[in-house]
Formats: sequence, C-alpha cells, structure tokens
Amino acid sequence: MTSQDTGHAAPPLDPHGAASSRRPGWDAIREAVRASAVFLLLAGLLIVFSVAQPAFLTVGNLMSILQGVSVVAIIGAGVTVTLAIGGFDLSVGAVAASSVMAASYAMIVLGLDATETVPLVVAFGALVGLFNALLIVRLRVPDLLATLSTMFLLTGLQLIPTAGRSISAGLILPDGTTATGRVDPAFLLIGRSSLWGTIPVPVVLMAAFAVVLFVLTEKTRFGRVLFATGGNEIAARLAGANTARIKIIAYSLSGALASVGGIIVAARVGRGDVSSGASLLMDSVAASLIGFAVLGLRRPNVFGTIIGAVFVGVLLNGLTMLNAPYYTQDFIKGAVLVGALALTYGVARNRA
Amino acid sequence: MPLLDIRSISLSFGSTRALDAASLRVETGEIVALMGANGAGKSTLVKILSGVQNADGGEILWKESPYAPASPAEAARAGVVTVHQSTDVVGIPDLTVADALLLDRFIDGRQPFFLSSASVRRSAARLLKDTGIDLPLDRRFGDLGTADRQLVAIARARSNKAELLILDEPTASLSSLESHRLYALLQGLKAQGLAILYISHRTADLQALADRVVVLRNGRDVGHFARPIDFDAAIEAMIGRPLPTTETRAAAAPGTPLLQLRGVMLRPDGVPFDLTLHEGEIVAITGVLGAGKSRLLSTLFGVYPLPSGTMTLAGLPYRPRGPADAIAAGVVMAAEDRHRSSFMPPGWPGESIAETISLPHLSRWYPAGLIDARRESREAATAIERLGIKARGPNASVWSLSGGNQQKVVLGRWDAADSRILLLDEPFQGVDVGARQDIIDALRRQRGRATLIVTSDPDEAHAVADRVLTLSRHTIETFTHRDTRALPAFRDQKEDA
Repeated sequence: MTSQDTGHAAPPLDPHGAASSRRPGWDAIREAVRASAVFLLLAGLLIVFSVAQPAFLTVGNLMSILQGVSVVAIIGAGVTVTLAIGGFDLSVGAVAASSVMAASYAMIVLGLDATETVPLVVAFGALVGLFNALLIVRLRVPDLLATLSTMFLLTGLQLIPTAGRSISAGLILPDGTTATGRVDPAFLLIGRSSLWGTIPVPVVLMAAFAVVLFVLTEKTRFGRVLFATGGNEIAARLAGANTARIKIIAYSLSGALASVGGIIVAARVGRGDVSSGASLLMDSVAASLIGFAVLGLRRPNVFGTIIGAVFVGVLLNGLTMLNAPYYTQDFIKGAVLVGALALTYGVARNRA
Repeated sequence: MPLLDIRSISLSFGSTRALDAASLRVETGEIVALMGANGAGKSTLVKILSGVQNADGGEILWKESPYAPASPAEAARAGVVTVHQSTDVVGIPDLTVADALLLDRFIDGRQPFFLSSASVRRSAARLLKDTGIDLPLDRRFGDLGTADRQLVAIARARSNKAELLILDEPTASLSSLESHRLYALLQGLKAQGLAILYISHRTADLQALADRVVVLRNGRDVGHFARPIDFDAAIEAMIGRPLPTTETRAAAAPGTPLLQLRGVMLRPDGVPFDLTLHEGEIVAITGVLGAGKSRLLSTLFGVYPLPSGTMTLAGLPYRPRGPADAIAAGVVMAAEDRHRSSFMPPGWPGESIAETISLPHLSRWYPAGLIDARRESREAATAIERLGIKARGPNASVWSLSGGNQQKVVLGRWDAADSRILLLDEPFQGVDVGARQDIIDALRRQRGRATLIVTSDPDEAHAVADRVLTLSRHTIETFTHRDTRALPAFRDQKEDA
C-alpha cells in the first residue's frame, strides 16, 4: 500500500509518484482477501452454523443475535469516535452501568417518567464525557489514565445513592424510607418491544445510530477534522482546526452513546442491577478493534465496529446452540480479537 | 585496488526499479559525493551498504571480497558505518553525552558490567582524545543540537575502527558555521585515511569536500566527475535537463505595505525590531539554528502570542489568537518538516493529495457540512496541473510522492484560496533542484501577496528572494540585497550558535 519508510526521509522509491500500490497480481489478491476476510469468515460461520443447527438460521434467532449485540455496537461506536481522535475511552462500561442505575433511580426513587428519564440519563453520559475531556484537554492527563480514573470514580459513585443496593420497586433507601416510584412501562418498551413484531427496538436504535455515526465520521467535514486530529494533531491545528473542541465533542459523544447503551440495558432488565454492564467495556472495545480489520482499513471505523460486534454475536450464538459451555465465551471473544488484530497489523502487511 | 567497489547493483520493489545497475567505487582516503534527486536511489544504495536491505542483482566488493551485510551491526563490524540524517536515535535523551559515546560498547560488552560515572567519563574522554573531536561529556544528550549529535555518531564510528563513513545529508539542518566545522573535521578524517561517501545536493558541501562526484538518476549512475568538478554539469546530469536560470525575472517594484511589524520582540528579553512586507515581494530570512526563524513565522501565524510590539495587516491591527485567526485574516503558513506539520499518517483518512489540500478550506468549501469529493478533487487537479506535481491523480497518497512533489502539495494547499501573506519555513528541505525551481517559479507568479521564507541555507535564500534578511538572537540584524553575495553576519558569528 504505502511506503515502508514513513519516518524521516521521503519514501526512497517512486521517483515520480508512480504508485507503489500498483503491484502485479498476487499482492492485489492478497490485499483483496485481507480486505474481505471478516466478511468471508462471517459467511463461513453462517453456513456452518445453519448446516449444523437448523434452528440457527431463523428470523427469530437472527433478530435475537442482533438484539444481543445492539448495546455493545452502540457503545463501541462511541469508543470508535474517541479512537478516531487518537484517544481511548475506558470509562464507557462504567458510564453504561451507572446509566442503568441512574435510569432506575430516576424512575423508582424520583418518580420521573420515561420522557424525563431518557434525556436526563443521556445528559448524564454526555456530562461524564465532558468531564473526561476536561481532564484530557485542560489538565493534559493522558487519555487512558483519565478515562480509567473516571471509570473507577463512576463504579463507586453509582453505589452511593442506594448504599450499594440494586434498585427495584419498593427499594428501602439509606434513610429508612421506601421508594414509591416504579419503572415507567413506556420506558420498558425501549428494551422489550419490537417493530411489526419482528425487529426489536434496540436493533432499530443500533441501525439508526450506526447510519448517523457512519455518515458523521466518514462523509462530513466534522469527520474529516475528527480523523485529522487523531492522525496528526499538530497538522490539524496548523490547518486551523480547533482540536480541543473536537476532542470535547468526541468524548461527550462517547459518553452519551454509552448512556444510551445503559438505557437499553435498563429497559430490558427493568431494574437497576449493581452488577449490570460488567462485560460492556471489554466487549465494546473489542468490537471497535475488530472493526480495524473490516475492509482492511487498519483504522477505527464505525461500520467495522458494527460488523465486529455482529461477528462476535453470531459466533457466540452459534457456539451456544452447538452446546459450547457458557464459561468459554470470554476465551472465544479473546481469540477473535487476537485473530483480528493479527489480520490488521501482521498478516499481509507490506514488508518490502 | 578500490576499498569499495560496487558493480552494477540493482534492486526492485514490485515494478519500481530503485536501483538499476548502478556502479560506484570509493578509494581509501577519498571523499566521494553521491548526488541525486529524491527517488534517484541514493537512500536505497545507502540501505544496501549499511545492511538494511539486500541487492537483487550485481555485486559489491569490500577490500576485494564479496560484501553483503545482513544487518547494520554486521556492516559496522566490517568497517562500514552510516550516520543517518535523523540523529536523535544516536543516544538516549536523558543520558549524558559520555553515555551516548559508549552506547554500543555497553551493548556488546566491551565496557565492564559494573560502571561508575567516573569510569564512563574516563573511557569517553579517551575516545574523544583518540578521534580528535571535542564534545561536552557531561551534558544531557537531549540538549545537544543536530551538529553535536552528528559528531557523537562520527566519534563513535571512528572509535569502532570504521574505514568507510557514509554520511546522509549531514548538513541538511546545520547552519553555515556548523557546516564549516563539519567540513574541517571530515577533511581531518580523510587525511587519516578514512574513506567517506557523502550524500548531499548542496553545492556548497560538495565544493568544500568532494574529490569526486557520482550522480544517480532513476537508479543508474549517470555521471562521474573528478576534480575540478563542473557542478553545473553534475546538476544537469542529476535533474536530466538543462539547468534553469534564476536570473530571468524582472525585478518587481515593491507594492503597498501589507504587513508591518513595529517594535516587535519575539522573546520577552529580546531586542525589538521592525519589518515590513510589501505586496508582491518575496522576502527570505536566514540565520543559524536557534536564531528564532521558526519562532518568527509561528508568531506571525498565531501559534505563539506576541510578547511585545504591534502588527498591522493591510492597515488594520493584527493580533491572531491562533492559526485559525491567522488563516481567516489571510496569513497562512507551511511549517517546517512537512511530514510532521502538514500530512496525515499513511493509511489514515486525509492522506490523499486532495484531502491534504482541502483540510484548511473545509468550512468554506462545504458550508453544509457534507463532503463532496468532486469539489476537492477538482481543486487538487488544478494544483497538480499548475505546479507540475507528478502524481497518479488527486487521490494518490502524499506518501507516494517524492519530497519535491510533497512540498508542491503543501504549496498547492495554500494556493487553493486567496491569501495575503504566505509564510514558508524551510520549504526546500529534501526538495531536489528541479522541483525547487518549479516552486520558486510558482512563488514568483503569485504577485498578489507577500511571501516570507525562512531557510538556514543562504544560497537558497538568494535564489528565491527579492530581499534577504538575517535573523540573529531573535532580532533582525542585517539587510542585504539579493545580489550581495557576501554575508558578513555569518562570518562574524561567534561560536555561540
């Protein structure tokens, strides 16, 4: 693809801009295979699972796979946005988990309804993102460390209002009184209903966010500056970009999307469970990293993240149907991630 | 018999022939200069000699036996040491110069396992004494300038019994004073019997040093010149066409003042100076490293606040709070080191010629926010056509271009919209002579603005500018007209550079 020497000197070859990507036959084939590898594997999985287990390839099962990955895909899309600016948001899992608690608290303890709870929780997520951005942009804390401490902070914070109890109707508060609210049935529709009885609402939300974020990152000038900030911040700033503002927006977006994920979880389980969202961080980060391998882009991209999430979902669902034990799931996810990263960085990389 | 005898070696990458039966000989105690435009195959030749890559045709004889080192360490053991252009890999920033000098001895075990700072300092001092090079042993390596870092690398090579020293554009970022110090050192090493392969396209270097000049073009050796060397012929062999003349332009009458600096200080403790740029003129500023050249341009571009003084742009007060402000006012800058300051990394969105050009213009070209790739492709095609950029097309990656064409892309970026002041920081770094002339011609054609260029090479400054100024210790020192070739400021410079 590109030159092998990108550090200091100009690429030693190509005296007159002849394309180094214009290579004969078998490099092109290798490149094409690498670009479509994730899709080929996905197709392979679908075929193997449908042959081995006829119940796999039904609309109901496919929708349940998509519903299962929707939360991870939406949160992963937010992580992807922070990866695009050259950062990393480790707090998304904690934001999602505390959004589950916040949504339940808002309805059960404060007695709010769905139309009040949803904007409130999304605002909470965005505010956490803003806090991350404050640490990173103003105080210059490195991204990983800043979001790691936010993760810690939130994991503890979500336990304080209820003294460590999960939130459900009739919760006894720390001051001894009993909570009087209940989960708004309208709120539960977000997690439990389907369009035309077939497409679950979380799947619709996932598709909507995927399209919006794909267009935003790949087709707009905002997206261009987003990637410019992550690719070469100095160059972006010297071209007149306000990179601080871009970073603030990226982290706020990531926080808000993580809280949307939390809302979907809360609406599905119908209560504020202190242990919810334990695996969300790892799964969504994995989805966005697997996304690097999709289309052979080797960079964060929203489309790849969605495909990455779906890929893991299909694999786990199929294996579960074939009676793979539950405790092997994390191992399988890890193996997929390692394979995807090897594909992105190692296999077929130009080593001229 | 020659020390090094390269016999028609070739190396191809896919369909690109980086080296195509190139031949070259170096004798003991001789300085051979290797010239060539970017992409001519110089770097590839160096990589083969230093064991980074292997040739796929031809043969190399080193002291009359076949030579094909598998790694830089093997090449160094044979006596071939390369000093690369980027010198920050020579030592570790937080360790001392003495440590840097002995670094390879720590690794291969020639130094004892247990060390004290006194024993390290003693060994390093002995090493310097043997090589006749003077360096401050106790300073942090990270505080050294490029020139001193090169000396560290050369001293280390010398102490390792190097017999052939390969220097890759060593003066690219040196001031003229530092360059002269290097010339003297290299002449001394040559007198001791060291062979030197010297890569550069600066005529000043070659005039001072070269016993012979070998010219590479498109991977072939197209010219061999012995003393007295005809440099015009060598340069014509290098670019493959007759040398363009720089003297053909009409002296432009200066237009109205565009940018006026009054009592400006670049540092709170600096000496205030005035500077006026007129419409239609090209002004060059030279000066040693650290004289404040980049600081001046960055301040004009709003990267640093102005400590004191006033700036007026076309009669109105000008005080940019950042690059965005400056660009909006029509003051644009192509900063030093285009890879770091203007390009996106390879494989990342924004690496194409079109996207590189459009980055500062996105909000004007796409007010609705959605990108229409045809618009930026059109603008890039215009730039490719007008500046003679050699590329597959607007969507080619900037990383597939030679240094000269990359610089043209950077220039095309700022030509894509009207500007009043164009600031160029070392625009000819890694740009071959042919492309440099194209860029100079393009700058001359644009007479609606003022252009301010800073460069550490006085020859370049005189080749491009209507007016040449010298910056020293953060203030403008001397006014020289472009035909006055004498540069007193350089001669009088104390060794505090």
